[in-house]
Amino acid sequence: MSIEFETPKPIAQMQTVLQSVAENMMRRTSREMDENEHAIPWDYVEFMHNAMRSMGGGGGLTVAEEKPSSLLPEGEGRKGEGEKRPPIGYQKLASQIEMLSWGDVGYYLITPGGGLGAAAVAAAGSPEQKEKFLARFNEEKPTYAAMCMTEPGAGSDTSAIRARAVLDEKTNEWVLNGEKIFVTGGDKSFTHYEQLGKGFIVVWASIDPSAKRAGMRAFVVEAGTPGVKVVKLEKKMGIRASDTAAISLVDARVPFENILGSPTVEKTTTGFKGAMATFDATRPLVAASGLGVGRAALEFLKEKLTENGVEIRYGLPRSKMTAIERDVIEMEIQLRSAWLLVLKAVWMADNKKPNALESSMSKVRAGDVVTKITQKAVEIMGPLGYSREFLLEKWFRDAKITDIYEGTGQINRLVVARHILGYSGSELR
Amino acid sequence: MYSFEPNEEQQMLIDAAGKFASAELRPAAHDAEENREMPKRLIDKGWELGVLQASTPEAYGGFGERSALTNVLALEEMAFGDLAGALAISTPALFAASILLGGSEAQKKEYLPKIVEGAWSPYSAALIEYAFDFDPNALKTSAQADGDAYLLNGEKAFVPFAKDAQALVVYANLDGATQGFIAQKDAAGLSVADEREKLMGLNALPMHRVKLENVRAERLGGADGCDFGLILASMQVASAAAALGVSKSALDHATNYAKEREAFGVKIAQKQAVAFMLAEMAVELEAIRLLVWEAAWKLDNGQADAQNAAYLAFVGACDMAMMITDRGVQIYGGHGYIRENPVELLMRNGRGFPMTLGLAIV
Repeated sequence: MSIEFETPKPIAQMQTVLQSVAENMMRRTSREMDENEHAIPWDYVEFMHNAMRSMGGGGGLTVAEEKPSSLLPEGEGRKGEGEKRPPIGYQKLASQIEMLSWGDVGYYLITPGGGLGAAAVAAAGSPEQKEKFLARFNEEKPTYAAMCMTEPGAGSDTSAIRARAVLDEKTNEWVLNGEKIFVTGGDKSFTHYEQLGKGFIVVWASIDPSAKRAGMRAFVVEAGTPGVKVVKLEKKMGIRASDTAAISLVDARVPFENILGSPTVEKTTTGFKGAMATFDATRPLVAASGLGVGRAALEFLKEKLTENGVEIRYGLPRSKMTAIERDVIEMEIQLRSAWLLVLKAVWMADNKKPNALESSMSKVRAGDVVTKITQKAVEIMGPLGYSREFLLEKWFRDAKITDIYEGTGQINRLVVARHILGYSGSELR
Repeated sequence: MYSFEPNEEQQMLIDAAGKFASAELRPAAHDAEENREMPKRLIDKGWELGVLQASTPEAYGGFGERSALTNVLALEEMAFGDLAGALAISTPALFAASILLGGSEAQKKEYLPKIVEGAWSPYSAALIEYAFDFDPNALKTSAQADGDAYLLNGEKAFVPFAKDAQALVVYANLDGATQGFIAQKDAAGLSVADEREKLMGLNALPMHRVKLENVRAERLGGADGCDFGLILASMQVASAAAALGVSKSALDHATNYAKEREAFGVKIAQKQAVAFMLAEMAVELEAIRLLVWEAAWKLDNGQADAQNAAYLAFVGACDMAMMITDRGVQIYGGHGYIRENPVELLMRNGRGFPMTLGLAIV
């Protein structure tokens, strides 16, 4: 091992391709999608689905299986027998997400695929379940899956989840009841659309409320299941191209084998830890997405400053800088250092190193950085920053969610603090 | 590819430097600051770790290739022990690395072996000037060609071990650009102030003003001069690495203290107000550390934007050090303000990085 900061070739190539997608498909209609909340840009959905299928990366934006290096043409990282190329699946994924979000984070969020729902199956499902539920994402039609965790009374405190799952022993089915909100992609995953394949939602519910977290399980609920309804699509500050659904479950029946993890309650919290393990994998990806927005805003700001004859002079001592120079330079430092935290977290994931601490660190930093950068950029641009003529004000609105979803900045601070202090959840609440 | 794990050699150096810093420098820091002297025994011992020697090529008396990244890793460890100690130990490198980066072949052959092969000896460098608007790229000390030598005029400040230095690399303004010059200890017109600099921190490091009145000196790099941008970037990355060490020390002390100290029936670390401060310190430290590593890696790999990356890493590290060391004191509360406790010195040291650029180089 060594310390290296060279962008791997496959990632650099992919970035070039995605930048063109971002510029040509996303940026041009960003404003339109923002102003027509809940409209679905089918051309993007279909284009991305077909593109990902043709590249063999079924399942949407997921960690691609590494091809054995012997199959690669000479000069494409092929190495001698016995040598293995280091895995870069998560690093590539983070870079993809950053670039797509640089284009438009709302669009990125509706990139077809299994999303967090499939991630839960991948993290907590049996081999049979993975086969059964994950194959669909590489079929002809674009297909979605979503994760239903949050409830009106349970946000960051996921142990307060009220949704219940009771086994009906006569039919060997789980009967689900509860109310889920803030389900990203919930509509496209559950509601039938001509253009889409059949998706699913993963619902978190308790099989034994007295066991608290140990009783928490995830259930795969197929699209169209009776008793399940998308009751509302939220109207949001930003990421408006992405559907955020409220879903109610009233006596919804799912087959016994759709439970992820053990159907019995042991005195452990494995079930819950499964969900948390999903977050270890996805937090740096959410951070990456936010940083894409931050980069868009910072690049735009620098472009406009140049256009207006404002030069940023690098290399000066602090005392000689203008206020704008201080701001811009600080933004660059924050953005880059946050991105490096993301890279480290996903590099650890690729190398099978436990990365719960680094994942949360990257999320804390990204949440801070992108909200500050977009807020500051709007400020510096003055009336132009506040105007809807430019996308900057939209990025300001889009950026804020980074510090909220997939664990708020505060929850992730708790995770970081517990790690560095060696405290359990009960020692530091 | 991306990778975040030091190689085997670097890890050995980190371990050795870290052990020395924790076991010897750290316990000595308080008394050294109060007595305004770092024990010579510790300077010699630190020198024997061989950080400079390992990054000087064999042809010049060392046993390795220079790597800014490796030096960054070592310097963070040393500064974790004590900033003044780390700077004192590496003062000869201020001279030697300037020669390595900017010197001519003849200068390298002349100076490097005698510095690298022997015991710690005070060779030093002078960049800082005592001025409100001090800027390494706009120095007030001037150099003028005079035959095949140069005449230096001006005054340098914060020059470590200037009293004993055999020779100094003096940075001066030559036709609007900063260049290095090698001035000998006994050169006519060079005078070192008897009185030591009195600073908010770093009192264990003896520093002096140096006056230059028509001092004849040879130019670093010979007739073609040197790439000062590269030298400055190496200084910026070094300062940033030292800032990492100081910050890491403050976070370490604050974390331990918060787990010991009780209030309202619990350890204060169990209060979110304190725990979140610690979490933010840890995030800041790790984020800036990666930025510093990347800048050093870019310098080692001759990347086009390496010098800008070094500048950004330096600016980021200055802010980080102030933020983390300030919170270190805050978490100790009143006890943090008492000089018996280590965090107050760390906070004074933490403030100094923007104005002490030039006291270390990687």
